[in-house]
Amino acid sequence: MKKPLQLFLTFFKIGAFTLGGGYAMLSLVEKAVVDQKKWIPSDEFWDMIAVVQSLPGVFAVNTALYVGHRVAGTKGAFAAMFGAIIPSITIILLLATVFREYRDQPVVERIFKGIRPCVVALILAPSLRMIKSAKVTWKTAIIPIATVFLIWCCKIPPTYIVLAAIAGSLIYAIVIGRRTEDGGQKTKDEGPKTKGGLSPQSQVLSPQSQVLSPQSQVPSPQSSVPTQERKEPKS
Amino acid sequence: MIYLQLLWVFVKIGVLGFGGGYAMLSLIQHDVVDHYGWMTTTEFADMVAISQMTPGPISINLATYVGYTTAGFGGSLLASFALCLPSVIMVYLILKLFMSKRNNALMDNTLKGLKPAIAGLIFAAGLSMMNAQNFVDFGRGQYNISVIICVLAFVASYFFKANPILLIVLSGVVGFFVY
Repeated sequence: MKKPLQLFLTFFKIGAFTLGGGYAMLSLVEKAVVDQKKWIPSDEFWDMIAVVQSLPGVFAVNTALYVGHRVAGTKGAFAAMFGAIIPSITIILLLATVFREYRDQPVVERIFKGIRPCVVALILAPSLRMIKSAKVTWKTAIIPIATVFLIWCCKIPPTYIVLAAIAGSLIYAIVIGRRTEDGGQKTKDEGPKTKGGLSPQSQVLSPQSQVLSPQSQVPSPQSSVPTQERKEPKS
Repeated sequence: MIYLQLLWVFVKIGVLGFGGGYAMLSLIQHDVVDHYGWMTTTEFADMVAISQMTPGPISINLATYVGYTTAGFGGSLLASFALCLPSVIMVYLILKLFMSKRNNALMDNTLKGLKPAIAGLIFAAGLSMMNAQNFVDFGRGQYNISVIICVLAFVASYFFKANPILLIVLSGVVGFFVY
């Protein structure tokens, strides 16, 4: 059998039978791709997953695309992707037609009245678990609190919050990266000077810049100001 | 027009959806429920429940459903592919640009910094669903069954890592007998 077809079938099977989203399918993908087909060595697979995890988008789709691309190029990437999403699309299309028909039935309505509060709990619980795993301290707790406040109270579109958070995190990552790289030789202009006393401060500053930026997103001309202010003292 | 809107909304979600399905819920909810009004908040909650119980990624399931309800079969395919499109582009860009060790560390740290904000994003999505439409008996009668369901499900999920499908089925059974 040709590899793209094999990829399609592998991911189709995983897509059709994995409940619980992207991370649940990971062990199945590993079993199929690493253990059974031996397409990718184990260490390379986990390196790839580490990269894929930090990317935006649907985790299952990203995984399928990367594995497919690695095994059989462009054809493989698309074969794996379609394999991963066709089962969900088919199932939801079937359910959508049925659900819209029977939604207003009293029995269905009663069942869903019980389910809706449960869904709310199922969304709140992982967010708190995430806060725990992100090792949020009292100082950085302001980030999730500000996010909730801005979205829930101020009705600021989450799009802006995410954009601001990306900007803030990128600055944070660059600062952290500079601290951990020995002497920061890779940035030629401000390497040796910044190494000494300022770095502990910059660690404290950067999470704050994350909080500052969403607020400044509303009056847009100011949005670049906090970033620049924080960069100046370093150079 | 509706096709363009679907394309725009789901490409945007594909680009900004860091941190998995739940993190995307907040983005989807804002555009689909609040901004364009393609779905009511109860319909959204129902679809999240259905997405949990069916195989496949929550965001793909939601995209398919939203596309189908707004623009039929074509809309469902368009919305799902729009959600995947940024990923497709990224495979080629990221494979070339970011596979180096140094950039990998940078992305890793960026994600670490993003995490607290994403957690807040998910929490806000949950909070916005706490309304009279989803908690039907809140403030009415003596027993707030919906609040009890929510609290018990939260405790079971957060402290005991209970299976979400089991929790949805159980609360459906409770709803059937109580309401």
